[in-house]
Amino acid sequence: MNELAAQHPLVFIVVPKVLILLFLLLTSLAYLTWFERKVVAHIQSRWGPYRVGPHGLMQPLADGLKFLFKEDTTPAAADKFAYFLAPFLALSLAITSIAVIPFGPQDLTIFGQSTPMGITNLNIGLLILFAITSMGVYGVALAGWSSNSKYPLLGGLRSSAQMVSYELTLTMSVVGVVLMAGTFNLSEIVTAQQSFYWGIIPRWNVIGAPLPQILGFLLFFTAAVAETNRAPFDLAEAESELVAGFHTEYSSFKFAMFFMAEYASMITVSCLATILFFGGWLSPFPQTPFYAWTHFIPAAFFALAGLALIVHGVRYITLWGRVVLPILGLVLCGLGILCGQPGVREFVQGPFWFLLKIVVVLFVYVWTRGTLPRFRYDQLMNFGWKVLLPLSIVNVVITSLAIVMTQR
Amino acid sequence: MVPTSYYLVLSAVLFGLGVVAFIFKRNILTVFMSIELMLNAVNLAFVTFSRSLGQLQGQVFVLFVIVVAAAESAVGLAIIILIHRNRGTLDVEKVDTLKD
Amino acid sequence: MITAQIALFLILAAVAVAGALSLILQRHPIHSALSLIVVMVALAGLYLLQGAEFVAAVQIIVYAGAIMVVFIFVIMLLNAGEEERSNFSKLARFVGVPLGVVFLAEVAYWIGRATSHLGSVPAQTVSTRDLSTLLFREYVFPFELTSFLILIALLGALVLARREESE
Repeated sequence: MNELAAQHPLVFIVVPKVLILLFLLLTSLAYLTWFERKVVAHIQSRWGPYRVGPHGLMQPLADGLKFLFKEDTTPAAADKFAYFLAPFLALSLAITSIAVIPFGPQDLTIFGQSTPMGITNLNIGLLILFAITSMGVYGVALAGWSSNSKYPLLGGLRSSAQMVSYELTLTMSVVGVVLMAGTFNLSEIVTAQQSFYWGIIPRWNVIGAPLPQILGFLLFFTAAVAETNRAPFDLAEAESELVAGFHTEYSSFKFAMFFMAEYASMITVSCLATILFFGGWLSPFPQTPFYAWTHFIPAAFFALAGLALIVHGVRYITLWGRVVLPILGLVLCGLGILCGQPGVREFVQGPFWFLLKIVVVLFVYVWTRGTLPRFRYDQLMNFGWKVLLPLSIVNVVITSLAIVMTQR
Repeated sequence: MVPTSYYLVLSAVLFGLGVVAFIFKRNILTVFMSIELMLNAVNLAFVTFSRSLGQLQGQVFVLFVIVVAAAESAVGLAIIILIHRNRGTLDVEKVDTLKD
Repeated sequence: MITAQIALFLILAAVAVAGALSLILQRHPIHSALSLIVVMVALAGLYLLQGAEFVAAVQIIVYAGAIMVVFIFVIMLLNAGEEERSNFSKLARFVGVPLGVVFLAEVAYWIGRATSHLGSVPAQTVSTRDLSTLLFREYVFPFELTSFLILIALLGALVLARREESE
């Protein structure tokens, strides 16, 4: 098997990694929608999905089935090629961008071949991510135009103008990080954040030398929220505004593809934010023997979560919930015990901290959606061009000044 | 290892197709896009020679060509918008008031 | 001997030529614009094949992701419709087009013959650091001039496309 894998690395190593990552991405996409609905509901003092399966956990499945079974209409005078191309383009670009993101430090050995933990490790990984983001404008513009109807056209034009404007701030705000790390390679940007100040404080880019990139992070996050057309910048697709913006005339699976593309780009941008500003897969504790107990944190986390789920599940209202929730809790406890084993413990450190940080960033994303009111379109464009872009240029200038002065 | 001449032949073919589109298309926007196609073919030749001669000047020049193409397309599209506003048409064969 | 690199080159070259042909043969300008985007992405793939990774990324970010977006905006805003067919004379259609194809093939052949002495060079990935050192040391003056150029183009486009204020 190892010789076969050495001769055909594409089939035996890359394809399994791609399939596993695709499966994980699509599942987490579905449950991100559940997470958002629950969090926004709790912000608004209600419960959110609760009935479809215990705690609404089957809601994404129900939504998916609903999208599949709806009638698939096409406007009569629509431009058929562009109409079918737009959602496909949006979704495929959003999913492709996961390929360059590193999930952990060490190389995996599958079938005797050593591969990075992530699909690939490009020297210009960051630039490729921005290239894919800038191609994503076409999905929106073509969707708006090809529907041959006035609301989608206006919504599509506004939305793509917004995406193009905030793309500038997005790319300029990470120039500070690239200057500090000296490379576009995402793995190397993470490993450049590896040291600790005074033995305790991690050297993440947000609090690192020579200049803490706090402004960069805030600019990046704001631009990312605008780039993915999320609240408070979701004028182009909010229901009370232009009907539903560029995806008004889309139904069933094509609409689901736009929906999935939005959440997939949310996940990608959160991954990028943690890699660039929060140390990616690095643990916040130093890796000295004194702190060796922190290696048990993933195991403890999963075990406690499992126990809490069991204790809550046995007192759930429905019978189905009283069966499923404790089983889920047992699975989590088992996972926790598995993470405590010596072999698995080192392996799971990187991905665990990475996923934890991504969940925190996604929570902030959903939190801003539930809390902030929407921008008007001219306020949005003013903000992007007259406030954010000059601030990002100022960030580049002071970061380069700080680097030059500390290298002297 | 792809021979250098393959890239240059591709660049020549793309440039030729750009010239054909420039001559035969009637919509001013398509004519403008054929100019961009010609610029892209030239960029490919620059990168090919940069690799073949082992120097990086070719790639630096490609960056300059891309920047100049961006500036030129901005101004060109503004002029096209003005033509549409003043003449009401985007057809190059109809903008012929200087003809006798 | 078809190695992986030559196969990849042939696929990308075929996509690029198909896109260019589609640019000529399509009637609606938005389909021509989409074909041009396909050509640009195929060319970015060819740049990657030759090791010019920064240029490939800039090609997609700037050319395919910004310039073509402006083209598509203008096509949508001006509501450009399908164009009418030019009336080719019989001579042009049955003699001219084959002759044109033969001419193009001949030019391609002779260019291939004239440059075949260059052989093949293995593609080494060019690091962005080397490219930027060259750009900011030897070519810093043209670089600063291009920033002026972009400023002038920006102002020019703004002034040209603005609507006159009615009294």
